[in-house]
Amino acid sequence: MAGLKTQNAITLKGSTKLVTEFFNYGINSILYQRGIYPPESFTRVQDYGLTLLVSTDEQLKEYINNVITQIREWLMNMTVQKLVVVVKSVHTNEVMERWQFDIECDKTVTADTKRNKSEKEIKEGIKSVIRQITASVTFLPLLETACSFDILVYTDKDLDVPESWGESGPHFVVNSEEVRLRSFTTTIHKVDAMVTYKKTD
Amino acid sequence: MAQFTLENELNSALRMDAPLTRVAPMGYQRKALNDSECNASLNISLKTPKKNANKSFSGSKTPSNSASGSSKKTPKSGGKLGTPGNRTRTPGGDRFIPNRSTSQFNLGHYKHMMEQKGPDESEALLSPSEKEYKRVMNENLNGDLMSSKILSFKAKAPSAPESFNSNLRVLYSSSKTASTTKKAMRQVPQVPERILDAPDIMDDYYLNLLDWSVTNNLAVCLGGAVYLWNGTTGTITQLMGMDNDDEYIGAVSWVKEGNYLAVGTSTGEVQLWDVVEQKRLRNMAGHSARVSSLSWNSFILSSGSRSGNIHHHDVRVPQHHVATLAGHSQEVCGLRWSPDGKFLASGGNDNILNIWSAQFNNLPEDNQPLHVFSQHQAAVKALSWCPWQPGVLASGGGTADRQICFWNCNTGTHLSSVDAKSQVCSLLWSKEHKELISSHGFAQNQLTIWKYPSMTKVADLTGHTARVLHMAMSPDGTTVVSAGADETLRLWKCFEVDDQKKKVQKSVNKDSSKSFRRAMIR
Repeated sequence: MAGLKTQNAITLKGSTKLVTEFFNYGINSILYQRGIYPPESFTRVQDYGLTLLVSTDEQLKEYINNVITQIREWLMNMTVQKLVVVVKSVHTNEVMERWQFDIECDKTVTADTKRNKSEKEIKEGIKSVIRQITASVTFLPLLETACSFDILVYTDKDLDVPESWGESGPHFVVNSEEVRLRSFTTTIHKVDAMVTYKKTD
Repeated sequence: MAQFTLENELNSALRMDAPLTRVAPMGYQRKALNDSECNASLNISLKTPKKNANKSFSGSKTPSNSASGSSKKTPKSGGKLGTPGNRTRTPGGDRFIPNRSTSQFNLGHYKHMMEQKGPDESEALLSPSEKEYKRVMNENLNGDLMSSKILSFKAKAPSAPESFNSNLRVLYSSSKTASTTKKAMRQVPQVPERILDAPDIMDDYYLNLLDWSVTNNLAVCLGGAVYLWNGTTGTITQLMGMDNDDEYIGAVSWVKEGNYLAVGTSTGEVQLWDVVEQKRLRNMAGHSARVSSLSWNSFILSSGSRSGNIHHHDVRVPQHHVATLAGHSQEVCGLRWSPDGKFLASGGNDNILNIWSAQFNNLPEDNQPLHVFSQHQAAVKALSWCPWQPGVLASGGGTADRQICFWNCNTGTHLSSVDAKSQVCSLLWSKEHKELISSHGFAQNQLTIWKYPSMTKVADLTGHTARVLHMAMSPDGTTVVSAGADETLRLWKCFEVDDQKKKVQKSVNKDSSKSFRRAMIR
């Protein structure tokens, strides 16, 4: 009976785990789908009933890991508002694409709160977002030049900035078009996805 | 009196300055705006025409030392009289009366007001809604910096290797190489390049009387004789003939190297001929009925008979008959080894298409087909293996069926089928194009070129007056020869590729295969 209960209820910790997992796959998918790193440097992983591509590049893995670890903490504190993946041209430093994930935290939740939502349901939601990221190649314009990426995190104003993090500008796309993607919620964290890209004329 | 005169003088002196003293405070007394328009215009009229006045006076060389003095007076009089316009036309002496029509009152007023307004403006004067608007604009422009911090990890992500060039481009460009453009480019000659006579060719659907070797020799069976037509020189030689008039040849097949020809006869024999020496090398008996189909797989020669049996002959050893495949209950009229030698396809008059493995056993009952396809509703004679997709077979059915079917023999699945609307006598894949050609019987007796896999018709080649029983392809893949029951052989140059196009197409093929691979990954 107890086992059954935990299956259908979600805690802050569990929600954080699911959301960070999603960010990891989401970021990797964007990097693969947009051809920012060579496709050979990705390996297939099965999750959410999908085949996902995850980077095997050690440096890149470490970078993503560092970011994700920090976000995990902020998700637990409920101090994070947004995570943004910015794709910039290497040569001109112009922002080409901006993948924005708005995070709404339910601040009434404490470490002991349990909400009724099954893991399966949540993963179904995550799956549809990842699918949309994958499908985005069909409408996003081709990145003509070599591109790099950066991850921005919007946090509450009063947060102490960790040593390894620095403040940054918002990096908006000039002359942009935006497409809203699906969202999912764990009832504790709600994630809205959106991509803005440079309009092609 | 003196007091009065003094007072008058004083008054006049004051008056002289009156416009200035009156105007100056007026300018600054911004809050009393009721009569500002009139005052301001007056003030401007003072300012602007002054320059003009100076100019004109110096130009006329009149002694005009008092010009500035008089100009001070003019506005007064102008202001008082209110009819300066009349006087300008008759300027009297040193007097200057400004021309109001030339002065820009509106501009002057505007400029004046703006100057005054500047220092007065302050945040405090903004209404709450304006403040709110300002805040929202600020937020929009700078992102909601008010409520959050934007952080990024100081150590940046590693950059992609220098040499890496995103090949996503294929996804965006591959659609440009649409088949329609290629199709539009392709011209198929509608008339045969050459017509040869084929007297006495047997009008029998179940036989295989035509084969073209890599050495460019075309073997044709006309009744009981085998003729060779050399494609390079055009010479015709008779290779062999049957001894009796009622005997005939049922099938011919060239070995891959092109130096030997296998001949199947109505007496159930399989003969092996050396074409250079024009000599029979072997006579391999074994079939109980006529041999109507032959196919080579290196040193194994497979022969299909009217009995329904297929024999494998190892042509190197004395005991040539190495295996029997008993998968058909009626005549085996179609027999083809796949180009990689992995599969043997056999079609029979029992409407069955069998796929056999290259491994075989001595005992007939041990040899079971890998796949049995019973989709065709008539005899399966037309068989051809796809040259670019291993394991893909095209098969065509007879009069009652009229279907061309595609099979994946690796998995044993039916891929697709198309209604050819006529008996399918023969099928060949093009080596150069993603196309195949089929030959048909009643009603049009045509050859049809199909695009694969869309199976749209590229061209219909008509000309034969009776059903087109057999086809063979030239070693260079450009020409197809068809043998009809109308006793003619027609050569069609239907798969011609010029070098330039070939190069382009090759690169296109490379691209498309790449994008295909990519599509699979995604």
